[in-house]
Amino acid sequence: MAEYIEEEYFAPGHRACIGCGEALAVRLACKALGQNIIIVNATGCMEIVSSQLPYTSWRVPWIHTLFENTAAVASGIEAALKVMRGKGRGLAQEVNVAAIAGDGGTSDIGLQALSGAMERGHDFLYLCFDNEAYMNTGIQRSSSTPFGAHTTTSPAGRKSIGQFSWKKDMPAIAAAHKIPYVATACPSYPKDLMRKVEKGLKIRGPAYLHILSVCPIGWRCATDLTIKIGRLAVQTGVFPLYEVENGKYSLNLDLPQLKPVAEYLKLQGRFRHLSDEVIKEIQQRVEEEYAKLKEKMAG
Amino acid sequence: MVKKVGMETSVAIGEVVKRVNADVIAAYPITPQTHIVEHLAELVAEGELDAAFIPVESEHSAMSACLGAAAVGARTFTASAGQGLELMHEVLYVASSMRLPIVMAVTNRALSAPLSVWGDHSDAMAVRDTGWIQIFTENGQEVVDNVLCAFRIGEDPRVLLPVMVHLDGFHLSHMIEPILLPEPSQVAKFLPENKYPLPLDPSRPVTMGDFGPPVIYSEAKKAQEVNLRAAKEVVLECWNEFARIFKHSYHPVECYRSEDAKVLLLAMGSFCETAMVAVDKMRGEGKAVGLLRLRLWRPFPFEEIRKAAQAAEVLIVLDRAISFGGPGGPVCSEVRSALYPLDKRPKVIGFVGGLGGRDITPDGFEAIISRGIEIAKKGSKEEFEIFGVRE
Repeated sequence: MAEYIEEEYFAPGHRACIGCGEALAVRLACKALGQNIIIVNATGCMEIVSSQLPYTSWRVPWIHTLFENTAAVASGIEAALKVMRGKGRGLAQEVNVAAIAGDGGTSDIGLQALSGAMERGHDFLYLCFDNEAYMNTGIQRSSSTPFGAHTTTSPAGRKSIGQFSWKKDMPAIAAAHKIPYVATACPSYPKDLMRKVEKGLKIRGPAYLHILSVCPIGWRCATDLTIKIGRLAVQTGVFPLYEVENGKYSLNLDLPQLKPVAEYLKLQGRFRHLSDEVIKEIQQRVEEEYAKLKEKMAG
Repeated sequence: MVKKVGMETSVAIGEVVKRVNADVIAAYPITPQTHIVEHLAELVAEGELDAAFIPVESEHSAMSACLGAAAVGARTFTASAGQGLELMHEVLYVASSMRLPIVMAVTNRALSAPLSVWGDHSDAMAVRDTGWIQIFTENGQEVVDNVLCAFRIGEDPRVLLPVMVHLDGFHLSHMIEPILLPEPSQVAKFLPENKYPLPLDPSRPVTMGDFGPPVIYSEAKKAQEVNLRAAKEVVLECWNEFARIFKHSYHPVECYRSEDAKVLLLAMGSFCETAMVAVDKMRGEGKAVGLLRLRLWRPFPFEEIRKAAQAAEVLIVLDRAISFGGPGGPVCSEVRSALYPLDKRPKVIGFVGGLGGRDITPDGFEAIISRGIEIAKKGSKEEFEIFGVRE
């Protein structure tokens, strides 16, 4: 079972910031990915903190090339391994392929390559570590930044509310490709996260896992609140934990009563400028989206 | 006895890729490259080639998928042109910098705007500095031979670099020519198995494509430069071995009637064949003209260019690309710079022509040579002239 995996394939000693939710999520994911894996990493925080020459944090084969092409590189690896194995060349055993990227590398610049790889049906697991902005370059907005959040390119000001658009629904986009497995996860729920990674790996064809990763620097929160804020994201319905298996939706943590989103927002400096009216608007939107999701569960 | 067969050059490329038993082909369609990848898709669909054909959603992903395939040790091929090559641009640097042997046929095409699907070398020149080995070809046979050589050169453990084989879009890619395809027994003798030394492998984990801080980046780039320069010896060795097995030889600079020539024309690609007709005619008229055909573009053959050109009085260089606002075409700039250290060197006169599929006839080449001689004597107000442009 996932929770008993003692091996660390993502080595300690990386350069991630204190309280980094992504580093924790990657560590947990790596436990579940195991040793028989090739990891393709997009440019971003994770690549920078883990691979500075002459050091590496990776105890499994790992490749980084560019920002927007991670799913395409993974496609090439997966296709090559398969055809070479058939020819009796290359690696004798079946090796799993995982692609990892941030929210910018997934929902913005890498969306086309990801869409292509999912549509073509490559057998790989794509992990999006979503910290809701371009944190590596200094907290610039992405299409995954939530409404109202202050970032350096969506600053709150006299004429700005902060992020002006609603967070792009990446899991829904992945699910629209009719791939066999889509799920959301958060390292605040480690067993759930590792179970989903294992499941995504086992399933034949493309699997997409969207992992909310708290970034204390970018979210302007205390570094010891990473786990708590992740939990609140789930408990408020801001980031529900669910799976879509062959089109069938299931909620992993059904909450009879959602906590008010204000509890989640108030812990983060990126939302501190929001008025009660705007928070109300966000509350309403979260409830609507949660209700829509529950409808899908029923359907 | 093997016979030449009439075959479209693009189809012949597919046949070579089949004969080298490529593992992965990732490609996105763009005119005039399509016939190459269509033929490969067919070969895979018919089970004649046991390869993964990845029909990616862009050229950027085509080259990216090739990176991944090459990194696990697959024999990898793609083809592109023009805008497609431009979309691949940043990925090209990664392929060479990470020392991933990938072979790419480029059916040279002009760049937008205005949109042009026709041939020139703007695409090739835009990727000049990407660190790939680059070979220019003149006819279908040369394309076939050099695509085969490209696998051997790129995959050589002393090299491990990607290789581009340039062929002119339409003028060459779509021509039906008499072509001698390599026999399986010859390929087996000529091309060793691709044994990439450090592939991604869970039993030997490697970290590829690290983050390079200033303390190490310059050293990485120096190593890359040394490696590409040293690859020339392997290119020469490959062409020698090719000559031994296939009885046809290739050189970095091919000289045509140039030994005693006072005036030399230098060109690249399929235009060279037309230029030879013009040289023959002028020779018939008693004019001491010759032709240099630059085949190996990267690594640049400095010694060979110097040796071939130093005795001439005038060297006219025809580029099929413009370096806007610069000293002329990129080829002319480089040739001029290669000759500059010589005490005795020809005057180098630059022309740009054949842009966006504009043809240059034998008469046209004669006119370029004559005008070049005139400029060498009297000078010109321009840094370079564009041939055949309507004012």
